[in-house]
Amino acid sequence: MKYGRGVIRIRRMTYLIFGLCDESFSINCSTEVPEGVDKGWFYLFVTLLNQLYWVAGATLGGLLGSFITFNTEGLDFVMTAMFVVIFLEQWLKEKKHYTALIGVLASAGCLLSFGADSFLIPTMVCILCFLTVFRKPIEKAGGIS
Amino acid sequence: MTLMQEVITIALCALATMTTRFLPFLVFRANKKTPRYVQYLGKALPAAIFGMLVVYCLKNVSVSAGSHGLPELFAITLVVVLHLWKRNMLISIAGGTVFYMLLVQAVF
Repeated sequence: MKYGRGVIRIRRMTYLIFGLCDESFSINCSTEVPEGVDKGWFYLFVTLLNQLYWVAGATLGGLLGSFITFNTEGLDFVMTAMFVVIFLEQWLKEKKHYTALIGVLASAGCLLSFGADSFLIPTMVCILCFLTVFRKPIEKAGGIS
Repeated sequence: MTLMQEVITIALCALATMTTRFLPFLVFRANKKTPRYVQYLGKALPAAIFGMLVVYCLKNVSVSAGSHGLPELFAITLVVVLHLWKRNMLISIAGGTVFYMLLVQAVF
């Protein structure tokens, strides 16, 4: 059966939304798609491969996890490192660092006020408020990705 | 958890995840112009949110107790230096993580 371009595009779009996890978003949002590469297919393969790795990794971990004997303490730092790298990329893209600083300062402030278990939602509310209040200077500064 | 509780838990997780993923695309259709304010948020939010996620990863680090957050400080410094030097995600992330594991397992 043959599908028109429109149908393929809608199906691809639906899958991209379905598979839009943090990791796929992070990669698609921070990578400059090389010239001559179709954005839609680029995003599709990032998302698809991510899902494959995720399912395969989780399955392998479940089956073979008990055989791992080396000390994995500290391995979870991989997530911190990834977010630091992406944050740095965002930082380098900006001319002024208003939005990055708002994110870090709002989070730090809410972490201190609300504690480690319940600071995410207050932080997001704070970020939204600050971005709304300082919209003019932020847009004027320009250079936000 | 009983099997039924497990099934309900997973179904609710799937429902919540899919709702948050599809809703924005249903509200802001491609053929209609997305409001300027939302477009602005789309550009201004990423840096702020990744800043939040970095803080989130470090939320249980205590400066006053244990290793005083020093392994995190040193490893993040290395990640930043590696990344500014090579600009290669894999090297920065892997290098920083291996260094962090060495620090928490052998040094602190």
